[in-house]
Amino acid sequence: MTNSQTRDLFPGALEMMILRVLKVQPLHGYALVQHIKRASNDLLQIEEGSLYPALQRLLKEGCVKAEWGISSTNRRVRIYKLTPAGARHLEREVSSFEQMLKGIARVLAPVKS
Amino acid sequence: MSWLTRLFARRRIYSDLSAEMRAHLEEKIDALVVSGMSREEATRAARREFGNVTLLEERGREVWQWPSLESFLADIRFAFRMLRKSPGFTAVAILTLALGIGANTALFSVVNGVLLNPLPFSNPDQLVTVDASKPNFPTGSISYPNFLDWHRINHCFSFFAVARPTGYLLTGMGQTEELDAAAITSDFFPLLGIHPVLGRSFAPAEDQIGPWNVVAISTDLWHRKFGSSPDVIGKSISLDGKGYIIVGVFPGNLDVPMRYFQGVDVYAPLGGFRNSNIDYRGAGLGIHGIARLRPGITIEQARADMQRVTDYMSQTYPDADKGMGATLTPLKERMVGRVRGFLLLLLGAVGFVLLIACVNIANLLLARGNARQREMAIRSALGAGTSRLIRQMLTESILLALLGGALGLAFAAAGTRAALAALPATLPRVNEVGIDARVLWFTVAVSLLAGFLFGLVPALRVARKKTCDALKEGSRSVAGTRHRTQHVLIAVQMALAVVLLAGAGLLIRSLAQLWKVNPGFDPHGVVEFNLALPPQMSTASPAAIRTAVRNFDAAMDAIPGVQGESLSWGAIPLYEEDDENFWIQGEPRPASESQMHDMLDYIVGPDYLKVMHIPLLAGRFFTENDDEKSKLVVVVDEVLAKKYFPNGDALGKVIDQGDATHTFPFEIVGIVGHVNQWGLDTDSRNSLRAQMYFPFLQMPDNVMSLVPSNTEVVVRSSGNMLGLIDSIRLASSRLSDDEAVTNFNTMHEIIESSLGSRRFAVMLLGSFAALALILAGIGLYGVISYAVGQRTHEMGIRIALGAHPRDVFRLVIGGGLRLALLGVVIGIAAALVLVRFLAAFSQLLYGVSQSDPLTIIAVAIVLLAVAFLACYIPARRAMKVDPMVALRYE
Repeated sequence: MTNSQTRDLFPGALEMMILRVLKVQPLHGYALVQHIKRASNDLLQIEEGSLYPALQRLLKEGCVKAEWGISSTNRRVRIYKLTPAGARHLEREVSSFEQMLKGIARVLAPVKS
Repeated sequence: MSWLTRLFARRRIYSDLSAEMRAHLEEKIDALVVSGMSREEATRAARREFGNVTLLEERGREVWQWPSLESFLADIRFAFRMLRKSPGFTAVAILTLALGIGANTALFSVVNGVLLNPLPFSNPDQLVTVDASKPNFPTGSISYPNFLDWHRINHCFSFFAVARPTGYLLTGMGQTEELDAAAITSDFFPLLGIHPVLGRSFAPAEDQIGPWNVVAISTDLWHRKFGSSPDVIGKSISLDGKGYIIVGVFPGNLDVPMRYFQGVDVYAPLGGFRNSNIDYRGAGLGIHGIARLRPGITIEQARADMQRVTDYMSQTYPDADKGMGATLTPLKERMVGRVRGFLLLLLGAVGFVLLIACVNIANLLLARGNARQREMAIRSALGAGTSRLIRQMLTESILLALLGGALGLAFAAAGTRAALAALPATLPRVNEVGIDARVLWFTVAVSLLAGFLFGLVPALRVARKKTCDALKEGSRSVAGTRHRTQHVLIAVQMALAVVLLAGAGLLIRSLAQLWKVNPGFDPHGVVEFNLALPPQMSTASPAAIRTAVRNFDAAMDAIPGVQGESLSWGAIPLYEEDDENFWIQGEPRPASESQMHDMLDYIVGPDYLKVMHIPLLAGRFFTENDDEKSKLVVVVDEVLAKKYFPNGDALGKVIDQGDATHTFPFEIVGIVGHVNQWGLDTDSRNSLRAQMYFPFLQMPDNVMSLVPSNTEVVVRSSGNMLGLIDSIRLASSRLSDDEAVTNFNTMHEIIESSLGSRRFAVMLLGSFAALALILAGIGLYGVISYAVGQRTHEMGIRIALGAHPRDVFRLVIGGGLRLALLGVVIGIAAALVLVRFLAAFSQLLYGVSQSDPLTIIAVAIVLLAVAFLACYIPARRAMKVDPMVALRYE
């Protein structure tokens, strides 16, 4: 499934982005993925479907809640909402991600010159 | 959420997931249509961007699952469906496996019952047999006075008993009947933990030498003669014309591993044994011991303790006991030690059969794997990973193996008992063979292993195949690596069959060689039986006994067709023996028995040579005139003559022989050929081979009184054996109604049963080899005929281009035979190595070299012939390919 062109995100990245988007507002799957794509300026190549296993994982861990509802386009959709536990999880993840990014950037910096 | 509620909530979760993914796609498609695409284009684009729906949905579900277990269950369900879909394949595979696993289970149940399970006595590990070790004999008879002292002095046994086989004539209860009996001491039953059904066991006081008139009887005799009456205790029973009081009833059919011990009906105190030598410390009366070690005492400690005891004895009684020790052997070792080697060997052989069966199934699976390549490619396209595919294939093969194992278990359960009943009674503990938990675990383990073995290669092959290749590939296959695997497996299978065939061939050759061994006598036309003169004779005078013996000889000689007859003590080769000491006159009298010479003594009548067809080499044999009134004479065999009279001057020399009280001088009057007393194969390895013949009528008076109760007889006749036995019975009953002739054996049967365990090994190994050959043949047939099927097109082109059908035939046969030949070469190389185990492990080889060229050539020819047959049918089919049909078939 994987090759060099469509590299998978690192594990947990998609979940982190989902939580970040849901922090702003509850959304359903389709809207969520459009949001991520738009926000990333289409730099990230995300298989739209891969959102769903990630959402299931978040559901199982209690980071999000889901409820069937009606979307703005009048469709029956499942709307995801961040839980307090999810918010805490997001904070932890973001800070550890930033640490990692900083570390990687430092290592990469001298070569770049 | 607990896992339980999650299990119930799952259905809902899955349907939510599935619904929302569908909704997502629809929304996406609608959005793309709105942006101007056609619906078709939009659907394609949406799916491309969404990814593999099935796989992603599966991943979503897996979040909630215990994935390994659930996919395992799914695999099993699927495997069942696959097996049901191809019933032919499934039936062949399960049947092949059932044969392989069944044979293994059956043999393991024998190994388990005979070798692994503890003996059916309490704390069986404490049980040991005890024998007197003498310079020539590690397991000699213990004299009764020595037993009483050993029993008193030792610190290592909690119980210690001795026993000897004996027999009685039962009179006064219907027809006179000869009963097998055992003379035992008081510890015997408590030692084994056997309690009387009625009454009591013998008391320690009854171990003292005395005229005891008490006996215990078996439940069998109790049912038969006393109608299981509870008031049998205290009743009198007439044995050898004497009244005995019954004091106990004991469970019958004791499988006690002491010689001649099965089916004993009467137990009597050994202290009451009517033999003038019972109180003689140097006597060898066939008395052997069994003991229970004290708790916490190891057998080494017990050996050290008995060393102390026998050292003390040899100081106290140097005359009789100098140089004597005690041999302690764990009871189980004594019972099963001699069969351990060949049972394990057979277990190895039957393992080979299973391996061949596994190779067969692996080849079937490979062929099927080719047919299922598209299925696998589709699965892999749908997102199944390599390990997932391998797991599923292995699940199928293990399921197959377990089904085969279950059927095999049924085969084994039904077949083992039948097989053991049909085979010669050569195995100890046969009654304890059965299916128990350990056998069940063995079957499960062997099935799993087999399933893993034959499933792995096809699974790996299928999984390695590139998805796109498989999907692209048409119905026609390209001969190549796919067939190479099958070819390697076929060669391996052939090699395994060669190894088994070579082993079986060598055993058969050994057996044939053994039949050719000259036993020193001619067994054909000779029958052997037991004679008990009427009970009143046991108190008669020696002269009266000699008269009765002469009358019996005359009655036998008068039977039409009888060419010779002789009474015998110890003179039934391969069946019973007796040893004595002697020294040569002119030598100083040795200080103790251990310094005397040993020999096997045969006490026989004048016709013995004529009966057994033993050659007279020098001098003369006995005549009617060598009786109690004439000079004592002896005839020696060539081995004794050569050993003690190397100058060839044995004739005329005098030897001294006797017991504690009297010694007698015997003049050597003849030299005869050696007889293989110890068995066809093992006689030459025995240290005690020198033989001496004494005239029956010259036995001393005190020994003569033992003749009436138990003497063997050999008769040679030109007539039919069954008719002879009837005539002997009739002639005996004319002499007296109270005389008993029993236990008829032909000498031929005695030789045959001495080879019993070999025949058992040959029969089993032979049938394993045959099974292996058949399986290998079927395997080769399957692969060649599959290959021919695959190459129909090629054959058609060849024929269309002018190839003669003969060339096509040769092509196919040649391909098959090349594989077989490769297998034969590998197999012979392996066999040459493995036969060393056969030789070292079991002593089953006799008179053939380990690399016997005749066997190897024969095996190669048999295997190639079978290979030719296996290829013949597919080759014929290839030859008859109609080019038009083959080409149109595309």
